Amino acid sequence: MIYLDNSATTKPYPEVLQVYQQVSERFFGNPSSLHQLGIDASRLLSETRKQILHYTVLKQYEVIFTSGATEANNIAIKGAALAKMNRGKHIVTTAIEHPSVIESFEQLKALFGFDISYIQVNEHGHADMNHLKEVLRPDTVLVSMMHVNNETGAIQPIEEAAGMIREHAENALFHVDGVQGMCRVALDKQLDVDLLTISGHKIHGLKGTGALFLKKGVVLAPFITGGEQELGLRSGTENPAGAVSLAKAMKHSFELLKIHHDEMLNLKTQLQKQLGEIEGIVINTPLTQSAPHIVNFSVPGIQIEVLLHMLEKEGMYVSTTSACSAKKKEPSQVLLAMGRPEEVAKSSMRISLTYGQGPELAPQIITSIAQSVKKLKGMR
Amino acid sequence: MKYDHILVRFGEISTKGKNRKKFIEKLRQHIRFVLKDFEALKYASDRDRITIMLNGEDPEPISEQLKGVFGIQSFSLAVKCETNLDAIKEASLTAVQEVYEQGNTFKVSTKRSYKQFELDSNEMNREIGGHVLKNTENLTVNVKQPDVHLRIEIREHATYITFKDVKGAGGLPVGSSGRAMLMLSGGFDSPVAGYQAMKRGIQIEAVHFFSPPYTSERAKQKVIDLAECLAAYGGEVKLHIVPFTKIQELIHKQVPENYTMTSTRRMMLKIADKIRAKRDALAIITGESLGQVASQTLESMYAINHVTNTPIIRPLIAVDKNDIIDEARRIGTYDTSIQPFEDCCTIFTPPSPKTKPKLEKVERYESFADFEPMLDEAVDQIETIIVKNEKKAADEFADLF
Repeated sequence: MIYLDNSATTKPYPEVLQVYQQVSERFFGNPSSLHQLGIDASRLLSETRKQILHYTVLKQYEVIFTSGATEANNIAIKGAALAKMNRGKHIVTTAIEHPSVIESFEQLKALFGFDISYIQVNEHGHADMNHLKEVLRPDTVLVSMMHVNNETGAIQPIEEAAGMIREHAENALFHVDGVQGMCRVALDKQLDVDLLTISGHKIHGLKGTGALFLKKGVVLAPFITGGEQELGLRSGTENPAGAVSLAKAMKHSFELLKIHHDEMLNLKTQLQKQLGEIEGIVINTPLTQSAPHIVNFSVPGIQIEVLLHMLEKEGMYVSTTSACSAKKKEPSQVLLAMGRPEEVAKSSMRISLTYGQGPELAPQIITSIAQSVKKLKGMR
Repeated sequence: MKYDHILVRFGEISTKGKNRKKFIEKLRQHIRFVLKDFEALKYASDRDRITIMLNGEDPEPISEQLKGVFGIQSFSLAVKCETNLDAIKEASLTAVQEVYEQGNTFKVSTKRSYKQFELDSNEMNREIGGHVLKNTENLTVNVKQPDVHLRIEIREHATYITFKDVKGAGGLPVGSSGRAMLMLSGGFDSPVAGYQAMKRGIQIEAVHFFSPPYTSERAKQKVIDLAECLAAYGGEVKLHIVPFTKIQELIHKQVPENYTMTSTRRMMLKIADKIRAKRDALAIITGESLGQVASQTLESMYAINHVTNTPIIRPLIAVDKNDIIDEARRIGTYDTSIQPFEDCCTIFTPPSPKTKPKLEKVERYESFADFEPMLDEAVDQIETIIVKNEKKAADEFADLF
């Protein structure tokens, strides 16, 4: 099997599963309980937060554990907008965000009358910074932008955006969906963001784990209310085993990234180059400013799902667009936003790599895709 | 610019005559402790400063750490070059070219500790200034308010070029003023008092009174966490946990209700003083602030303080609560202090404690019971924890990370 759908989810490391079980057995107490079992679980949780901040080199941040990135994005976006709505009701995001971002924005618009500006992206899938500058205004209270696009792998100009937001929209909080960038692309240490979302299962952790990093001093309106766990922003009994498993996944992934980054990038570059040479294939991933683990291409004119199943027969697992939108069979909104024709947007496929996959895989992948595409084209 | 050195300057230490060497050694130890994660660093010190060689480490996080170290007046990132005119000219120009923007003004100040150098300070300023002016565009001189202040320090074996000073935490290196006991409750005041004492060079050992089952393990954990915050400034903090339940129960039985608070405080002070004697410390530090609560009126302090002649240091005596809380936020103890777990003071507090207790009365009430052996017993049974502020996971969790 060659698993090439690592942006949809990854296989958990054995150590992650092991530590999950260990913690579940040894620290089963409710971290809010007053007795020793509760205290131990609660101390373990604070230790885990410390470790996670240590791995990510983020200083002056709080860690809020969540059930995943969708929940973290919801807490961040709705929490920020509602906390700041007395300062203004203008919120900004890009046209290529994950549905958990876009739908949160749309809900804020529908229920509370927020005004949304969607930043355009250029033909390479990078958000247009001139457009961002144009839309920012004094009553902008939130800007949300992903670090790495989940479909194309395009790295967004976060740092530049941060500078612009601080200069032109002083009331705005800056949220970054860091799911596809974490442990894949080196995050700049001095990244000036207020809120950062990450997910466990995209970095070989467990599904149901994730976190929101919150810069100290940033105030959000809680939208999941209850026992006031996680600084009151995510009520519900804490999940120490999940939290520790997330820390474990991060630690391993950071280590493996150091070792395997170059060979992963090498494979990605070869795939991108050689797929581009196959007749009938259009590459959607930009050559520069893109993550080392994603290649997106289209085969206009064919039923792309058929190609997926043909590759599956050969033991290769890929995806058409993102897992979240794949079932809808709609053209990719991301590719449409990049100005690609509908035929291209309807027929995209994503290969997403992980640590340990290197250039030695290229010939097999290329051959399989080339043959299958040829066959499909011939059948028309 | 590629900084390769950090120059650390001391403030008051420089004036402390014979003790100076000891002070510098303490400071150096402490700097090494806070920077222990940066393994490539090398250190050198002489009589008026410590030089840290970066050897490729990132200066940004190192600067952050240094800002919290007591005894540092200021520090600056520097580029090192050889002590000869051409080398200094070249290094200065490269350095300025990297930092200036079009239309900026600049100034050069030279300090020449190596008096045998061929040019004196003024000649150097002119020479380097001229060289920089000639080789840059849109950069002019302004000696009053320069945008770029180039400072050159000429020493015999090396010359350092720096741009700006970062203010340090000031104070004296922890441990250089000796040792004292800090009465550490779980509130806002005592950790701040401990911090201030540490800032003046005191090595603190904390004393906490623990009354299970009236107070919970959570309250004890809170104090350990507070000690850990303080350890960030002083390397490590010894925390003495005193079992206090029996004494509190006896006070409750013996002393009229409105005097229990006064008596409790007196017993605590006696115990702290006994531990102080055992630990060869010379003072007791408290977080008292005049008039804040019943035990902190002048009358109360007079009645309580009467149990000992040991100096009691009260750094916060004239500080308002709001200012104390601001300081707690700044030094990082606020988030822990605000947790709601009760300590032994809050649980046994009578509804209306005397704000003006009389010494003779409290002494008389206490005379009907023999507290002394119980105090000694409590001291014998203290649990001492060495609290460190370390990034690595606590030992008990180490296998999980």
